[in-house]
Amino acid sequence: MLSMLALLLVFQLAGEALCHALALPVPGPVVGMVALVLVLIARGIWVGPDAAVPPDLERVTSTLLGHLSLLFVPAGVGVTTHLALLASEAVPITVALVGSTVAAIAVAGVLMARLERRP
Amino acid sequence: MMHGLTDIWVYLARDPLFGLTLTVLAYLAADVVYRRLKMHPLANPVLWSVVVLGLVLAGTGISYDRYFQGAQFIHVLLGPATVALAVPLYRALNMLRSGWPGVAVALLASVLVASLGAIGLGIAFGAGDTTVASLAPKSVTTPIAMGISERIGGLPSLTAVLVILTGILGAVLGPSVLNALGVRNPRARGIALGAAAHGIGTARAFNESPEAGYAASLAMGGAGVLTAVVLPILW
Repeated sequence: MLSMLALLLVFQLAGEALCHALALPVPGPVVGMVALVLVLIARGIWVGPDAAVPPDLERVTSTLLGHLSLLFVPAGVGVTTHLALLASEAVPITVALVGSTVAAIAVAGVLMARLERRP
Repeated sequence: MMHGLTDIWVYLARDPLFGLTLTVLAYLAADVVYRRLKMHPLANPVLWSVVVLGLVLAGTGISYDRYFQGAQFIHVLLGPATVALAVPLYRALNMLRSGWPGVAVALLASVLVASLGAIGLGIAFGAGDTTVASLAPKSVTTPIAMGISERIGGLPSLTAVLVILTGILGAVLGPSVLNALGVRNPRARGIALGAAAHGIGTARAFNESPEAGYAASLAMGGAGVLTAVVLPILW
């Protein structure tokens, strides 16, 4: 259990170090996540896809991700320090959120449905 | 007696434990309400925790910095939690082995429309640079979006809230948009919801069907990685 938490931290640290060393613009934890996916794919080829994720890793990740929403709260509360900005730019923020979200759903849905229809 | 209580209050409000405990309690309460309301997107527990905690801070006069001294112990777990997303992403990759070129094309299109659309509309309607940078990654899952926002000069905390609002919008409006366009294929619906509305859209897709849910999980992870690569380069 603890060793798998250490594993996640090591992948995060390696991701951060790699981003820093190569001056990558990508966030470090994302690089760590991609690296772990690659390791799991490699393990899946070796031991089969159903056994690729060790039970301890499964337990740690499901515990962590089961409460993922809680982890956003401290940063989210920080929005209270930007209320003036939110109020003065409420119109562009609302238009940008609604417009781009609806457009992205429409484009991906229609495109994917068309591509899936082909054999 | 009153004096004693004030002393205790002053002591507690300074202790980092206060911010930590308050955060967990507010979230637990919001989560109970969310489950009671059958996980309706508008009852999102993160949104309501932020509202309640914001009101508590405003009411008690505790500064955000002081609150964060305690809350940071929760915040640091975002890094390992982002890495942990590798496991559901790997499972989703296995579920959808065929047809991945189509998925990749749809994901890239969604990422470009979501981020360039948000940037374009934000600028067109007069948002400032910081706001535009905070808006750009709003369609991807919160830990990745906050990381991108920080990289391109946005405010991660503003991004966190915009991401949640995007998820709610996507989950509430998305199914109607897809119905209106005649998109019935569950994989296409899942990809669209997961790519544009991350975890909240994915939860909505799982409500429709397991196939849509797995497609949405894959789309959420894929869109997160694509956005993390594309957006800082475009910026």
